[in-house]
Parts: sequence; C-alpha cells; structure tokens
Amino acid sequence: MSVHMPTTVDEAVALLADNPGARLLSGGTDTMVEVNFNHLKPETVIGLRRVESLRDYRVSSERIEIGAGVPYSRMETGPLADALPALAAAARTVGSPQIRAAGTLGGNLGTCSPAGDGLPVLAALDADVNLRSPRGLRSVPFAEFMVGVKRNSRLADEIIESVSIVPTRGYQDYAKVGVRNAMVISVASVCFVHDRNTASVRIALGAVGPTIIRAREAESWLTGQVDAAATLPNDENIASEFARRVAAEARPIDDHRSTSAYRRHAIQTLARRLYIRSTK
Amino acid sequence: MKNTPSSTRTRNRGVLGTSALRPDGVAKTQGNFAFSSDFQAENMLWGATLRSPHPHARIVSIDPSEAWKISGVEAIIFADDVPGKATYGLIASDQPVFARDVVRYMGEPIAAVAADHPETCRRAIAAIKVVYEGLPVLSDMDAAIDPATPAIHPDGNVFRHQRIVSGNPDVMGDVVVEGTYDIGMQDQAFLGLEAALAYPDPGGAGVELVVATQWLHEDRKQIADCLDLAPEKVRLVLGGVGGAFGAREDISLQVHTCLLALRTGRPVKVQYGREESFFGHVHRHPGRIHLRHHADRAGKLVKVEGWMKLDGGAYASTSSAVLINGITHLQGPYACDNSRLDAWATRTNNPPCGAMRGFGVVQACFAHEGQMDKLAAALGLSPVEIRLRNAMKTGDKLFTGQVVDSVAPVARCIRETDAIPLPADAQYGTGSLELPGGSGRTSDPSHIRRGIGWGVSIKNLMYSEGFDDSAEARCTLVDGVATLKFATAEVGQGFVVLAQQIARTVLGVDTVVLDTIDTQIGSAGSTSASRQTWMSGGAVDGACRLVRERLFEHVAHLHNLDPLQLVIEGTEIVDTLGPLRMPVAEASKGLRIEQTFLHRHRPTEELDENGQGNCHVAFAFVAHRAVVDVDTELGLVKVVQIATAQDVGQVLNPLALLGQIEGGIAQGLGLAVMEEIVVDRGVVRNPSFTDYLLPTTLDAPDVVAIPIEEYEPLAPLGAKGVGEPPCISVTPAIVAAIRNATGRDIVRTPVRPQDICLPS
Ligand SMILES: Cc1cc2nc3c(=O)[nH]c(=O)nc-3n(C[C@H](O)[C@H](O)[C@H](O)COP(=O)(O)OP(=O)(O)OC[C@H]3O[C@@H](n4cnc5c(N)ncnc54)[C@H](O)[C@@H]3O)c2cc1C
Repeated sequence: MSVHMPTTVDEAVALLADNPGARLLSGGTDTMVEVNFNHLKPETVIGLRRVESLRDYRVSSERIEIGAGVPYSRMETGPLADALPALAAAARTVGSPQIRAAGTLGGNLGTCSPAGDGLPVLAALDADVNLRSPRGLRSVPFAEFMVGVKRNSRLADEIIESVSIVPTRGYQDYAKVGVRNAMVISVASVCFVHDRNTASVRIALGAVGPTIIRAREAESWLTGQVDAAATLPNDENIASEFARRVAAEARPIDDHRSTSAYRRHAIQTLARRLYIRSTK
Repeated sequence: MKNTPSSTRTRNRGVLGTSALRPDGVAKTQGNFAFSSDFQAENMLWGATLRSPHPHARIVSIDPSEAWKISGVEAIIFADDVPGKATYGLIASDQPVFARDVVRYMGEPIAAVAADHPETCRRAIAAIKVVYEGLPVLSDMDAAIDPATPAIHPDGNVFRHQRIVSGNPDVMGDVVVEGTYDIGMQDQAFLGLEAALAYPDPGGAGVELVVATQWLHEDRKQIADCLDLAPEKVRLVLGGVGGAFGAREDISLQVHTCLLALRTGRPVKVQYGREESFFGHVHRHPGRIHLRHHADRAGKLVKVEGWMKLDGGAYASTSSAVLINGITHLQGPYACDNSRLDAWATRTNNPPCGAMRGFGVVQACFAHEGQMDKLAAALGLSPVEIRLRNAMKTGDKLFTGQVVDSVAPVARCIRETDAIPLPADAQYGTGSLELPGGSGRTSDPSHIRRGIGWGVSIKNLMYSEGFDDSAEARCTLVDGVATLKFATAEVGQGFVVLAQQIARTVLGVDTVVLDTIDTQIGSAGSTSASRQTWMSGGAVDGACRLVRERLFEHVAHLHNLDPLQLVIEGTEIVDTLGPLRMPVAEASKGLRIEQTFLHRHRPTEELDENGQGNCHVAFAFVAHRAVVDVDTELGLVKVVQIATAQDVGQVLNPLALLGQIEGGIAQGLGLAVMEEIVVDRGVVRNPSFTDYLLPTTLDAPDVVAIPIEEYEPLAPLGAKGVGEPPCISVTPAIVAAIRNATGRDIVRTPVRPQDICLPS
C-alpha cells in the first residue's frame, strides 16, 4: 500500500488523476471501519489531512463555505455554529468526542449513508457540493449529489473541496432519534430550516429512504398556509398537519435497527416538534 | 514503627474492610497492563477460524487446495485433525471442536488456519471452499419442544425439562394475576476480546496455553480430552482478562489454538475481533415465561404457577444448569408454599447460550417482578407494600423444600432502598443532553413523564445440584513477606486485591506477592456464580490462618508461651497475657512457612422429579428502585436514578463493592432498554458495537447504593458474593418504571421505542 500526503488541493487532484482508484482519506472514521471489516483493501491512499485549505471555512453574509476537511468538533461551537445552528446540532449528535474530532463533512458526503447526520442539513440548506478535478471546479446541488444508498455523483477523478450554503434568516434545527442517548446511528432524523428571506420552509429527512428526502410537498403545503416571510404561527393544528404530510413523504424500511412504522412515527413527531420550536 | 498504635497503622495498610487499591489498577489505567491479546512469542504464527455463514446446513464438501497455495500458510485443520474427543462442553460434551457433516448455528467453526500473518490467515480462510446444503432452520422454542419436530442433534431438541410441585398445587387465591414475559438475548460484551497464545512442548508432548478464561482447570480438562493428552501435559496460564461475565466459561478458541501449535510446532496466537467474538462465545438465554400468581386479600402469596422456556441455541453449554437456576428462582424473594412450575431449555439453530451474570435468575426475576406489580395493582397496594408483605426471611422454605438458612434481610433491603431520597424533579432546558434522546435533542421538557419502578431479587451463590465445588490456595511466608498462589481467574472483579487484603489482615504483613495464576496448583473453580470471594477467599483465608498458626507456634516455642495466647494486631504479634509484642517481619525472619488450604462449601443435592431438594448453597438479596424519564411519544428513555440496598454479609472492600454495584446496574440497564442480539431465523443481524448498543455515560444513571451488612455465618469471611445481584432486579425495576410512566403493560425486555409509543 502506498500513501501520499499532498498539501494542496491541486496536488491532491493530480495524485488522484495519476492513481485512478486511489482511496481518499480524510478523518478515516468511515474508511477504517471498512478496512477493519475487511470490505476494503486500499492499494493507494491519498491522505487529505495536510491540505490546509480543506480544513478551512468562511462565513459571510452572502455565502458560507465549509472545507471538506473541517471536522465536526469545529462545527459544534464558534462562528460556524452561530451561522448554522442546524449543522451545529447535527455535529453534536455525531459519534463520540473522538469521532467528532476526526470525522469530516467531506467524509460524510463521500460515504453518503442515508443515516449520515451532516447530510439532512446540507439537503435542507440547499447546499452546493463543490468538486475539483483536472477539468476544474464543478458545483452540484446536494439533491443531485446523493443518488442512492452510499452512492453519489462524484466522478472518479473528483475531490470534494467544499460545500457552499446561502445563509438563511430564521429558525433552523436538527433532531435525531437513536436507541441510545449518545453515539448512535440515526434511526430517523429531521432537519428543519425556516428562511424568511426566501419565504420558505425546508425539511429534510434522514435514515428513512435510500437518499436524504426533502419533503417538498409538505413544504409547499405549509408555505401555502402561512406567511413564511414572517415568524411561523404557533398553531398546533398547522404543526400536526404539516408533520403528517412530512411523514407521508418518508420511505422507511424495517431492519434490525428499527421498524418502518416507528421510523415514520418518529419523523412525524420530530417534524411537529421542530415546527413548534421554530415558532418560539 | 514499633510504638505506632496499631489502630492508626491498620488504616492505611489495605486490610479487609478498607478500599485497598488493586495491584493491577495503575497499570490498567495507564494502558500498561498485558491483556491476553497483548502476548507475543518469538517465531509465532497466527491462527484464525473458518465459520459457518449458515444457521443450519449439511457440509457437502470442503476443499482447502486454494488455501494451501497461499504462501505463509503453515497448517489447515479440520474435524479429522482432532486427535482426542471430537466434542467438548461444560456439562454435556456435545459441541464439536470443528463441525464435520453439519453446522447447527451461524458461526460454528469448521476449520482453523495457522499462517505467518493475520492477513494471510484471512485470505486462507476465504480461500477454503465449503459447499453447503441448507437445512430447515429450527429457531422457535415451541417447535423445539414439540416432539413432532425432527431432532437437529442426536441428543434431541430439549436439553432439559424440570418440574417443581410444592405444597398444595390446587389451592386458589382470592386474587389471581397472570402475565407472559419475553426476554431478549443479551451479550456479555466484555471489552477484552478472546485471545490465546499456545506454546507447544518439543515433540508435541504437551502444550502451554496463555489464555483469558474464567476457569483454568476446567478448560484444561476439556482441552486435554480433545488433544488426547494427559491433563498435566496441558499447562494453562491466565492471560490478562478484560471482563468475562460468563462468556469465558465455555471453550472458544482454546482447543483450536493448541491444535495449531502442536501441528506446526511453533507458538500460535489466536485473537478474535469484535464481530467474531459475537459468534465465538455463548450469550444470555432469551426466554419466555408465563406466570399466574395467587394471593389472598391481604396480598399474601398463596401460589405461583406457570412455565419458563429458555432457548439454549445449538449446543448444551450450561443450559441445563441455567434452567434449574431459572425455575428455582421463579418464586422470587417471597415466602410462598404452593407451586406448580415447568421449565424447558431448548435446542435450536440459534446462537448457543450459556452463562451470563445472573445465570437464569435475570430472566426469572423479570417475570416475577412484573407479577408482583400486577398483584399490587389488583389489590390497590403500593409496589413496596406488596413486596414487604411477602418478603422472605431466614428460615422460610423455598418451593424446592430447601430452607433458607442464609441471612435474608429482604424487608430491610426494601425499606432501606425506599428510604433513599428520590431525585429532584427534572429541570431540563430544551436540548439538554440529560433528556431522553440525549444528544439527538429530540425531546423538550414538556414531553417527559417520570416513572418509578421496583425490583427485588434472590440469587443463589455458588454452584448447585450436588456439584463438588472447591478452591485451593497456598500461602508462603518468608521474612515478613507473604506470597499467595491460586488458580483463581482474575477477570476484573478484583480478587487480586481481596487476596492481598486477607493476607494482610490475617498475617499482619504489609507486602503480599501474588504468584502467577496458572494450573500449577489445584483448581479454584470458576470465577462465576458470585463464588470467588466465598470460595477462593475462604481458601486464601484458610491458608493464611494455617501459616499464622505455624508462626505462633514458632514464636511461642522461642518465648515459652502458649501459642493460643498470641494474636496479630496490625503488623505485630502480641501476647494477650504478657508483654511480648514483636513485628511479624521480625518474628518470621529466616523462616519459610508454607501452607495449602482447600476450601469446600457444604454439599448440595440434585432436584427430584418434583423439583424437591436442597440444591443451592446460599442466597443473597437485593432491592432496586428505578426512576426514569420517558418521552412517551417517541418512546425514548433516560434512567435518572437507581437506588439500591444490597445484602452483602460484610463489606470487604467498599470501593470494589461499589464497582460491582455500578457495573451491574449498567449491565442490567442495558438489558432493560438497549442490549439485544437480534436473531432472525438463526441469523445474527447485529454482530458489532455499531448495532449492539451498550450504555454510554449519558445512559448511565446516578446510583445511590447502601450495603446491608449482616454477617453471614455460612461464609468464611462473613461476606456474600456481590457480583451478580446488582444486575438482576435492576432490569425489572427500570421496565416497571417505564410502565409507571407510560401506563402501558410492557412485557418484553429490552424495551424498544416502538414498544412504548406504538400500538402493540
Ligand atoms: C464510532 C463511530 C461513530 C460514528 N457516528 C456517526 C454519527 O453519529 N453520525 C454520522 O453521520 N456518522 C457517524 N460515523 C461515521 C463517520 O464518522 C462520518 O461519516 C464522518 O463524517 C466520516 O468522515 P471522515 O472524514 O472520517 O471520512 P473518511 O473515512 O476519511 O472518508 C469517508 C469516505 O469519504 C471519502 N472522502 C473523504 N474525503 C473526501 C474528499 N475530500 N473528496 C472525496 N471523497 C472524500 C473517502 O474516500 C471515503 O470513501 C461514525 C463512525 C464511527 C467509527
């Protein structure tokens, strides 16, 4: 096995072009599990840890850009947490302190598990995923990036450089159900984003379908009922009907972690609760 | 030193009754302790095991030719390569070292490989071609009991059936409550994975095995039988053990490792990963229990009737003993004369089940405590009141006819637990990690309901049913330094510090050296059944007392005294009738006194066909009160507090006791709300810590523990075993608290979110 440690994105892109099939390594918290289970035997590894630019983020009033190598621990507090409270909430649910210190958003996107906690936030924030290749930079909306269970539209020679998010104005939050109070894989999760700038409410569901699901019909039903340019009304009826519609768009399955009936119920409960939290 | 009053000196010497620190504590916390997986040998090979992916299949053919082509492969062995007995087992020898014609559970070993590197082993294992022909999977206990079901093993599909009938089984109570209870399959989930290193003797005349186990001598017996060697040709040394909880009582990798070493003539190390560990050891029996409790109008129990079914999986392990423990504890810690009970342990194609902390009593307790709450509700009594009215006392007779002659402070355990203050009302902010749902931030304080629940239990101590149980220890005193030798497996419970405390107390020495724990002395029996403090503690105490007698005789002879007038005070020998006072170190200068002691408990009997007989040695009791917060809509639980008072006889080491109590509570909490091996028609669905969930610190409750100290005259040190009781009634207490918070009749454990919030 050969290991390369580039220090710039361009260098990393060139190495990937020269070594087709090389494994990109960020925090390693998914990759090492694959290695451990013997599902993966990488011949060439390109470590991204020394690429400083990937480990940076920038927050401005027009645009938030988060490098693929930013670990969860840096999303939990600080300027990024202030700008994106839903991302901070999602980051706090990830694994243990050790995992949050190592694991990155780029890795979450690379793996693209429906249970990945960063992904519903990117979906609800309409984030763009920025991919770098020898051909240059390509931006893909998150909804087009994740295409299936652990499948994404990244091309073999592309490196995930960053995600870009247009800041919103209004309440945003993330909640996740697991069968343990910490360090647990999501059984169902919801990211709720209210943006008064665009008069929209966006809700994304994790672990209840092959991809992250945006409950778009429920979103548009809601914006037809309320003035999303203002604070949302604290109305239990609206919250309940919205939640019912959100849950109807989930596509959960039965597996050893939970049942589809419970997952749908959890989505409905979380959608209602997050709506009500947003009105307070 | 000589003039220091002994009272101030004893305080820091780590004698009995103090929180003496473990000799291995610092090394363990600093990461320097050698666990069995840390051992290496020069010229060592690695071993690995090929396992069946199917729960039940015929082996049509095995072709290792591709594996042999891999460079670095030194040995590949199968059933035919086992020179001695083809099977092993703790009670019935029915488990093949390697499957030959048929595999009966997912993960059953078929072959083992030795090679120069773990990766070579993995490739070789993958290259062995096995052709299977699937067989119907027997996974249901009722089908196993049904005589019409084809036997999946020559010994049949029922390991054991036992009945208990006592008093007047036809009597009826004024109030009758009934319930059926399900218990999921729990894993011991020790953190130190299975590992062993075998060194072959020249010419293959014998073998030495360094292994993490609970019982060196029993392992040796089974290994020697399979290797066709005399037991003394098989020497076992305890490797550092990172937890056991019953999972190391059965053979796992022992025979395979020795066989590979003998075959290759080189040291061989085998070490399981977490996934293999789930397949490599037995689990706690899942089961179903149906009980009908009869009581009079005052709430006094009149009769208990019903049945218990425990699924032992593919091989016998200790199923028949677990079953007896289960059925004889269905009574709970309550006085009652009349019973009619049946119990079955079944053989299926599910993972083999055997010993785990609580050994059948955990399952029984979950059911009888559910019943006590039903009785309380039917009679309008509180959970505390119904239990106090029925609390067993010393002198009460069990359903088996055995009289409880242990100290039995059941009512006191309940009262003292009840007197522990309840935690303050929840004052959570939104998003608090302390809310149910924890870091997932699912719940707001308005969604939470608090519940309180009770569990009380009785647990037998030591082995039962006529088992000839003993423990041996040797004490050598030289120049004021005591050296102790025993084969007691230290699995984390702290016997190593207890042994030192005993020697310091009895002999007045400060330095106690512990010899290697191995088979170079007689058996200490298993580190299980809450028995080592009593058994090996008794042996160490006995050996030290014999040494002290010799020392007193020596001193008395020199000073013309009667040895009977000498005592140990602190670190000195003192003449109670005269002025003599001399340090033990000085008195023993130039001497070497060595004594060996074999401790036995009183004999027990087998049960007759009506379940009558003095089958248990002694009993311990404990009460638990759980306070939980439940998000009733999402079905998420946070256990807030466990209050407990435990009957311990004597506290020998307060810190070690608290460790057992807190650890046991965490394990019982796991069974209550998250720990379960999910098995679907014999296939294990979650063999990893990603999906087999153990409690984290955020799940662990505050524990308020009170030891109930009533000296147990039956026990050598007046102390009862304390290892198992903490994990037994905490599970029903938590589930009762969830019932209390939700108003739902939850009948299975672990309780899943959907059991709380969705229609059943
Ligand atoms: C104990 C434990 C607990 C966990 N808990 C959670 C949890 O609660 N929630 C959760 O969502 N996840 C969890 N995970 C999974 C994991 O931590 C996350 O998915 C994390 O985001 C992965 O990031 P990483 O940097 O470690 O990824 P890596 O393992 O380094 O990479 C993962 C994948 O992404 C690819 N990749 C990485 N960076 C790039 C890049 N810049 N461009 C292109 N491809 C790239 C890699 O090639 C690889 O395929 C847990 C993992 C463990 C071991």
